[in-house]
Amino acid sequence: MAAPHVSMRGVTRVFPTQKGALHALGPVDLDLRKGEFFAVVGPSGCGKSTLLEMIAGLAPPSAGTVEFEGRAIGSDVPDGVGVVFQENACFPWLNVADNITFGLRRLPVAKDEVARRLDYALGLMGLRDFAAAYPAQLSGGMRQRVCIARTLVTQPRLILLDEPFGALDQQTRLLMGDELLNLWRATGATVLLITHALDEAAMLADRVAVMSSRPGCILEIIETGWSADRDSRIVSDPAFGAVTGKLWGLLRDQSLNALGPAA
Amino acid sequence: MSRARRIALYQALAVAIPVLLLEVACRVGLIQPLTMPTPSSMVVGLVEILASGRINAAILKTLANVAAAFVLASVAGVALGALLHRAAPVRRLLEPLFSTYYAIPIYAFYPLFIVVFGLGDAPQVLIGFMLALVAVIVSTLNGLDSVPRVLIKTARVCRMNAVQTATQVTLPYAAPHLFTGVKLAAAYSFIGVIGAEFIMSQSGLGYEIRFAFDNLDNQVMYPLILLILVVSVTVNFTLDHWDKALRARRGAAR
Ligand SMILES: Nc1ncnc2c1ncn2[C@@H]1O[C@H](COP(=O)(O)OP(=O)(O)O)[C@@H](O)[C@H]1O
Ligand SMILES: [Mg+2]
Repeated sequence: MAAPHVSMRGVTRVFPTQKGALHALGPVDLDLRKGEFFAVVGPSGCGKSTLLEMIAGLAPPSAGTVEFEGRAIGSDVPDGVGVVFQENACFPWLNVADNITFGLRRLPVAKDEVARRLDYALGLMGLRDFAAAYPAQLSGGMRQRVCIARTLVTQPRLILLDEPFGALDQQTRLLMGDELLNLWRATGATVLLITHALDEAAMLADRVAVMSSRPGCILEIIETGWSADRDSRIVSDPAFGAVTGKLWGLLRDQSLNALGPAA
Repeated sequence: MSRARRIALYQALAVAIPVLLLEVACRVGLIQPLTMPTPSSMVVGLVEILASGRINAAILKTLANVAAAFVLASVAGVALGALLHRAAPVRRLLEPLFSTYYAIPIYAFYPLFIVVFGLGDAPQVLIGFMLALVAVIVSTLNGLDSVPRVLIKTARVCRMNAVQTATQVTLPYAAPHLFTGVKLAAAYSFIGVIGAEFIMSQSGLGYEIRFAFDNLDNQVMYPLILLILVVSVTVNFTLDHWDKALRARRGAAR
């Protein structure tokens, strides 16, 4: 089998707090295959964002190792990794076009290539009419598209998304899911999507990891078995119900745990 | 009439009506000429003074010193604010000083500055600078505090170093806050420099006003006060205009 694109071994994260050490995550062992669409679901507070930040090189693990393309990730974001956050990460003083090319402009990429990639991203994300608009003039969904486009133009080999559609309504989420699938197919990148929405994970991913409540560990990884040309219409496929059902079966107890003993 | 125009009209009236009342009060003798000349004669006097060129050098000197204090305080204030923001322990140490700073009568140090720096421009610029500096530092700190963590993470994903992050992410984000500080800096620079000239100096607008005052020369004193008013209001109006344009583009008024 080919070497994994991302490999985590015995990764834990402990936060020092005033009330003592808070064991947030792990130990986690996880391999992402090159080019796969991988989703992680888990109850809130189980350490999903923490997991993503360690893969991104934004936070070091307390123990264990994280490797990307065979190299250990230090305290910097490795080349070839793009991240989309849950919060609005648009720069309010830049228009859409300048927001999208923000990261690209500091890479050694020729000017006409920047323009070409910008044009492509504007088209793919349906932002062509808004290139000169400022983030404040856009809806939440469009702002998130700007952030996705900003990641896309740098042509990352690994795209990490932390609940990117968390703030959007259900219809927009489904459509953004389709766009994400298009993007994944168009770029061939490895995608790691963190979400708390089971249906989103079941519909988009090749494999879904289910995490336990804090300290988050991976309980099980489920293969969805979708073909690569899927789209949001699979929600009406009977097999889709089976996958979501299985995910919920695993997650229900964990979510009860996360709610606390009173629930 | 558009809303903006109506507001502009009201603002103009808010200035024009009191001035008009003052003019009438002076003309009917309610206010003695020895106390205050009519506003219209202040304007005439100012035009004459400017045309004669008698105090052009003083005006230039004062404006240059105000500009120097303003630019130095703005640049140093933003730089020191950005540094302090990264040095939390030092910031905690200095924060009580900042919050009580404007209770310190900076002018009390003016004699000391004269002893140290002589009777040139330096002590006056220093007073303006010191008055303006802390306003800029404080608003820079406030602005940097308001930067969302996700933007700093985004800068790290773009693999920017600390200086790039400051100049291209956090300071631009904080720009509206910085502008508040810069506007205050403009006002404080005027107050500091002209006040210092007024207290003790050998030239400048403040000195000219003091000289006219000592000689009971209302025909010079009032036009010069008017001049200072016009200049400082114009400067602040311009800054305010830029500030509004900046905020409007970022959709603050959504
Ligand atoms: N910087 C931090 N300091 C202390 N505790 C933290 C910190 N970041 C996260 N945590 C805690 O770690 C746990 C996992 O957080 P997170 O990864 O954000 O969860 P999730 O994304 O799954 O909702 C939570 O209980 C959270 O309160
Ligand atoms: Mg999270």
